[in-house]
Amino acid sequence: MWRYILPLGILLVLIAFFWRGLQLDPGEVPSPLIDRPAPNFLLQSLHDPEEMVSELDLVGEVTLFNVWGTWCPGCHEEHEELMRLAHEENVRIIGLNYRDDREAAIQWLERLGSPFERSAYDPDGAVAIDWGVYGAPETFVLDHEGIIRHKHVGEITHEDIDQQLLPLIERLREEAEAG
Amino acid sequence: MTAELGQIALILALLVSLAQAWFGLAGATRGRLDWMHAVPGAVLGQVFFTLLAYLALTWALVQNDFSIAYVAENSNTDLPLVYRLTAVWGAHEGSLLLWCMLMSFWTLAATRFSRNLPLPFTSRAIGILGLVSAGFILFTVLTSNPFERLFPMPGEGQDLNPILQDPAMVIHPPMLYLGYLGLSIPFAFAVSSLIGLESNTTWARWTRPWATGAWICLTLGIALGSWWAYYELGWGGWWFWDPVENASFMPWLVATALIHSLAVTEKRGAFRNWTVLLAISAFALAILGAFLVRSGVLVSVHAFATDPTRGVFILMFLAFVVGGALALYAWRAPKMPPGGGFKLSSRETFLLLNNLFLVVAAAAVLLGTLYPLFLDALGLGKISVGPPYFNAVFVPLMLPLLVFLGMGPYARWKQADGGDMLHRLWPFAVAAVVFGVTGTLLLGGNAGVMVLAGVVLGAWAIFSVLAEPVDRIRKRGLRNGLGGIPRSIWGMLVAHAGVGVMVIGIAVVTVFGVEREVRLAPGDSHEIAGYEFRFEGTRDVTGPNWDSIQGQFQVTRNGRDVTQMHPERRIYRARPDPLAQVDLHPRLRRDLYIAMGDYLGDDYWSIRLQYKPMVRWIWLGAIIMSLGGLIAILDRRYRLGSGKRATNGNRED
Amino acid sequence: MKHRQSNPVWHCLLLAVVLLLAWGMAIAGTAPEETFDDPELEERYHSIVAELRCLVCQNESIAESNAELARDLRSRTREMLKDGASDEEIKAYMTDRYGDFVLYRPPVTASTMALWAGPAVMLLLASIGLFIALRRRSQMEDEEVSEEEKNR
Repeated sequence: MWRYILPLGILLVLIAFFWRGLQLDPGEVPSPLIDRPAPNFLLQSLHDPEEMVSELDLVGEVTLFNVWGTWCPGCHEEHEELMRLAHEENVRIIGLNYRDDREAAIQWLERLGSPFERSAYDPDGAVAIDWGVYGAPETFVLDHEGIIRHKHVGEITHEDIDQQLLPLIERLREEAEAG
Repeated sequence: MTAELGQIALILALLVSLAQAWFGLAGATRGRLDWMHAVPGAVLGQVFFTLLAYLALTWALVQNDFSIAYVAENSNTDLPLVYRLTAVWGAHEGSLLLWCMLMSFWTLAATRFSRNLPLPFTSRAIGILGLVSAGFILFTVLTSNPFERLFPMPGEGQDLNPILQDPAMVIHPPMLYLGYLGLSIPFAFAVSSLIGLESNTTWARWTRPWATGAWICLTLGIALGSWWAYYELGWGGWWFWDPVENASFMPWLVATALIHSLAVTEKRGAFRNWTVLLAISAFALAILGAFLVRSGVLVSVHAFATDPTRGVFILMFLAFVVGGALALYAWRAPKMPPGGGFKLSSRETFLLLNNLFLVVAAAAVLLGTLYPLFLDALGLGKISVGPPYFNAVFVPLMLPLLVFLGMGPYARWKQADGGDMLHRLWPFAVAAVVFGVTGTLLLGGNAGVMVLAGVVLGAWAIFSVLAEPVDRIRKRGLRNGLGGIPRSIWGMLVAHAGVGVMVIGIAVVTVFGVEREVRLAPGDSHEIAGYEFRFEGTRDVTGPNWDSIQGQFQVTRNGRDVTQMHPERRIYRARPDPLAQVDLHPRLRRDLYIAMGDYLGDDYWSIRLQYKPMVRWIWLGAIIMSLGGLIAILDRRYRLGSGKRATNGNRED
Repeated sequence: MKHRQSNPVWHCLLLAVVLLLAWGMAIAGTAPEETFDDPELEERYHSIVAELRCLVCQNESIAESNAELARDLRSRTREMLKDGASDEEIKAYMTDRYGDFVLYRPPVTASTMALWAGPAVMLLLASIGLFIALRRRSQMEDEEVSEEEKNR
C-alpha cells in the first residue's frame, strides 16, 4: 500500500522545503571566519601613508570592521547609519577602504563626515580577499579579543542596527566586562 | 483603454476556464450530457479572451504606451518593432500572459482531436485542463498583472533587456512553454483515467501523441535555449547545469521516459500505474520549474526578477493540482488491472530499462539542484552544487542507456531472441567501434576513455538504427522494404539517430574544444588549434538602439584566409552595461568563436578565442530527435480526429 | 527589475562599470591572462578555476566571470600554482575565506553524503524494484499475442 502513497509523501516533503526556502536568501554566503581571529594584515592608513593599520588595531574593545569604497552605492546608503553608530552609540568602527582611489576616498569622508576611527587603504583588494569580501559594503563585528563574531553583507539599515547589531554589541560588551 | 481591455479579458478568461472546469468535471460525474457538450464552447471562450488579453499587451507595446508599467520597463521607442512584439515575453508578467494563451491553445487542440474519444473521459480531461488554466490566469491577475498602470507616466521606456534582443530568444520561450504546457494533456488524461478507470491500452494510445508532441516542443525549446546561451552569453558554453536549465531538463527526462513507458502500456497493458505516475511527474516538474525560475529560491543567471509571494502562489498551485492528482493516484491506482505478462528478455524490458536510467537521472538532477536549498533549510550551511557534480553523476547513467538504446528496437515484444538480435546487430556494433576509435584517434591523440566511450556509443546509436531498414530492404527490396516500415518505427529510428549525433557532438566538443583568453592590441595575433586570429583593430558601429565597438579579425589557417570576424562590445543606450556580441564562424565540422572582453588600456583588449569542434552536432541532434517525434506522431494509428468514436478497449491498429 | 542594494547582480554591474573606468590604466601593462610555460600547470589551472564559483556574479565560475574579484582570484590561483601549491591547498585557501560555497564540486562530508551517494543508491533501489516487477511479470499467465504485436 505504501508505494501508492509514497509519491504524495515526496511531494509534501518537497513543498515543506520550498516553503522554508522562500524565507531564505540563496545569495547570502555565510563567512567561514565567524568565531575565528581576524586575519593578519598590514596596510597603510588611508589618511597617512606613513602610518600602518593591522589586525592588532581591532583588539581591545568591541569593534566594527567596515569594508567600503566611494564607488559603492550601498556605502552611500549606509553612511548615515554608520555615523549614528559611531557618534551616538560610541561604537569603534575601523574602515577598510576597498579598491578605491586615495584622494577620492579622503574627499568623500571630508564631505560627508567620517564614522571611522581610522581606515586601512586596500587599493588592490589583497587584504579584502583574506577577509573573504566579495562585495561592498560588508561589515564584521569583532569582540574585544579581536575574534570575528558576526558578518553583515550589504548595506546596514536602521532596522539592522536596532534589531541585530546593537543587541549583539551590547552582549559582546558585557562579555568583555565579565571576562 | 488597451490596459483595461486586457485586464477585463483576462478576468473573463478566468471565469470561462472555471466554467470549463465545472462543466467538464461535474458534467461527467453527474452524467449531464448538456453540461459536457458545453465544454468545447467554454474552451473557445478561453482561447478568445486570453488571445484578446495577449493582443492588448502587444498593442500597448507597439504603441509605446508607457503608462503601462510593463511597457515602460521592457520597451523603448527606439526598440525595433519585432522586439516590441516579442517583448510580451521579455519579462515575468508578459511571459505569463503568453503562457496562459498557449495553455488555451493546447486545450483547444486537445478538445478538437479528442472528439472521437468517449465523452465522459474527454470532459473530465478538459475540465482538469480548465482548472490548470484557471490557476495560471489567477496567478497572473493576482501576483503579476501585466496591465498595471504607472503613474506618473514616464516619457521613455527602459528598453527590453539587451540579451533578449535576439532571434533565438524570440522563439525559445514560446517553444519551451509549449513543451511545458503540452505536458498538461498527458497529465489531464492520466488523472481523468484514474477517475474513470479506462482500459490501460486505450488510455495509453490516446495519450501517446500528446506526450510526443509536448516532448518535441520541449526538445526544441531546450535546444534553442542552449544555442542562445552559447552565442549570447559570450562564454561559449552550451550547457551550464544552471538551476533554470535543470528546471527545463528534468521534465524533459521524465517526458522522454513517459514516451517509452507509454509504449509498454499501450502494447501490453502493463505498468499502467507507473506510466500514470510519469505523466503526473512530468507536468509536476514543469510547474516546479516555473516555481524555481519565478520564486527566487535558487540563484540563477536566467531567473526572472523574483518575488516570494509569487513563489507562495505557485507552491499552493503545486500542492493543489499535483497533490490532488497524487492523492487520487494513491486512492485509485490499487484498483487498476495489472495488464499482460512478458518475458524478462523482451522489448518491454528494454523500454523499462530506458525508464530506469532516465528517471534516476532526473532524480539525480533534482537532488543536485535542490540540495543547497535542503541544507540551507535545515541550517546545515551553504554549498554549491555545480557542473562537476552533475557531470559526475549524469554521464555514467547515460552510457548504459546508450548501449540499450541501440539494442531495444531489435528485441521482440513479449519475448526476445538474444541470438537473433546478436545476429542482426553485430556488424553495426563492430562498425561503431571501428568508427569511434579511428575517429577519436584522428581528432587527437590524448583522448580519454570518456570521449572514446562517447564517440563509440554515439556511433552505435546511429549505426544500430540502420539494421532495421537494411533488413527490410534485404527481405523485400528497396521500395517495399522501406515503404513497409510504419511511421512510428521511422520516428523512433530517426530520434535514436539524433541522440547519437548529439552524443558525438558533446563528447568531441567537451574534450577537443580549445579556449583561450588573450590580451591583444591591433596587429597582434594568436593561434589556437591551427587557426591564426589576427586582430586588425576596431571601428565604431551604430545600431537602432545601441552603439558598439567592433573588433576586426582576420582568420587564417596554414597561411590561407579562412574568414573575417567581427565581434562587438555593444552598449544599449537605455542601459549602462556593455555586452559582448560574439562573432561565430560556424561549420558542421567546427565553430570559431570570438568574444570581445574589456578594454585594458593602451590599445589592448581582452579577447576570448575559442575553437569548438562539432559543437553544431549537439543542436543538430536535437533537431533530428524532434523530427523523429514528428514522424511518429503522424503514424496512422494516432489519427484520432477521424473515423468513428472509439469505445473502451477497442483496438483499431 | 527591482534591485536591493545588497543584490550581488547590482554589485557586479557596478564593479564592472566603475572599476573598468577607474582601473583601466592600472591594469594596462600587466598581462591579465599570461600563460604558463608548463602545459601541465596550465591544464591544472583551467580545471581549478572552472570549479570555483564566483561570489560576485554568483552563477559563473571564476573562469568565466569578468568581475574584478574573479580576476583577482584567478591571478591568486596562478601565483599559488607557480609557487608549487597543490590543488587541495588552493581549494583550502578559497574555502578558508569564502566557505564551501565557492566549490562547485561540494566536498564529501557528513552533510553531503546524501548528495554524493544519492544517485547510486537510487539506481540500486530502482534496479531492484524493476527486477522484482519484471520477474513477477514474466511469471504471469500469457494472454494471447496477436500477430501485429509480434511485428515490431
